[in-house]
Amino acid sequence: MTTWTVIDEQRVQTVESGDTLSIDPSVLGWERKPEGLCRDEVCVPIPHTVAPGPIDAAMLARLIQRPLVIDAAEYVASFAAPAAERANALLSGTAPDFELPDVNGLLHSLTDFRGKKVVLYAYASW
Amino acid sequence: MWQAIHEELGPDGVVVLTIAIDRSTDDARPFIERAGATHPSLIDTEHRVADLYNMVNVPTVVWIDEDGRIVRPQDVHYVSNEIASITKFHNRKPLAALRAWVRGEAPAYPGDVRADTKVPTEADQEARAAFALGWWLSQQGRDEAAEQWFVRAGELAPHDFMIRRGSMPIRGIDPAGPAFFQMVGDWAAQGNAYYLPLSDTATSADDYEAEPIEEIDFAELRRRLET
Repeated sequence: MTTWTVIDEQRVQTVESGDTLSIDPSVLGWERKPEGLCRDEVCVPIPHTVAPGPIDAAMLARLIQRPLVIDAAEYVASFAAPAAERANALLSGTAPDFELPDVNGLLHSLTDFRGKKVVLYAYASW
Repeated sequence: MWQAIHEELGPDGVVVLTIAIDRSTDDARPFIERAGATHPSLIDTEHRVADLYNMVNVPTVVWIDEDGRIVRPQDVHYVSNEIASITKFHNRKPLAALRAWVRGEAPAYPGDVRADTKVPTEADQEARAAFALGWWLSQQGRDEAAEQWFVRAGELAPHDFMIRRGSMPIRGIDPAGPAFFQMVGDWAAQGNAYYLPLSDTATSADDYEAEPIEEIDFAELRRRLET
C-alpha cells in the first residue's frame, strides 16, 4: 500500500492504495446505493462487475464524469469539476460564489456584496 | 485605475472586487498597495475564480447585479489608458458602458448574455486538473515532476493563458520574456487572438480620435514602478 494524494478541486486528501489508485467513492462525496453511485439527488449506475469498496480511479472518474489526471510516479491524482457542471452554473446566470482571502488573510465571499453591483476584475502580476 | 472607478461609482452602489490570480500574496501585494486600494482586493492562488468563471486570461471582467446575476459575459476591459499604447485597449467604450449600466441608463450588455457566455469543454477542465496537479507538486518542491503537468495542461487547453502564462512564474520562466512572446507569436501565427473582447466595447479607431492616448514614456514608467 502507498499513500496517494487526491486533489479534488480545492480539497486535498490522502488515500491508501496500491500502485494503481483505487478510491472509495465517499472520498469524492459519492455514496454507493442499490441504484448506483449517488450524490445529492443524482445517481449514476455502476456496472455489476464492479466490486463493493474502492473503485479504480479512472473508472470512477468516468462514472461520475470528472476529468482526472494521475501522476503514478508521484502518487498524486487530480480531479477537476465536470465541464457540464461549470457550464450549467454559468448558463444559469447566477454568479458562482467563492471565498478568498485579502492580503491580511481575511476571507471575503462574493455573496458578502449581495445588494450591490459588483465589478469582478481578475488580473495578475504576470 | 480600478480604485478611481470604485471611488467614482461607489456612491452609485458599485463595489469593485479585484482578484489577483497569482502564486502568492507577496506577488499580488505590491499591486494592491501601489493602487492604494480601498475596495476588496482578493488573492486567488489556486485559480478558483478562473475555474468557476472559465477565465482563460487576464484581465477579465464580469459584471454582476444586485441579485448576484451575471449581466454581461466575461470581457477584457482596461479602465485606464495608462498603458493603452501597449495593450491596444482603449478605455473609452468600457468606461461609458460601465457608467451607463451603473446609473441605469443602459443595459449591461446589448447582446444575449447566455448565448455569448463561454463555457468550458472536458479538455479545458482536464487542463485545470493538470494545472492543479502541477501546482500542488511545485508547492511540495517537486518541480521536476510538476513541469510535465504544466506542459500537459497547455496542450489540453492551448487557449488558456491563465494556465500557460500564469504557470510561467511558478516554473521559473519570465512571463514577459522571450518564452511569452514566442507563445503569443505562435498562437497568432495559427490565426488565433490572444484576447477575445466582446464587440460592443471593443477598441476601434474612433476611440483614439475621440480621446487620443499618450505614447508611454518608458523611463518615466520604470521610475514610477521602482518607487
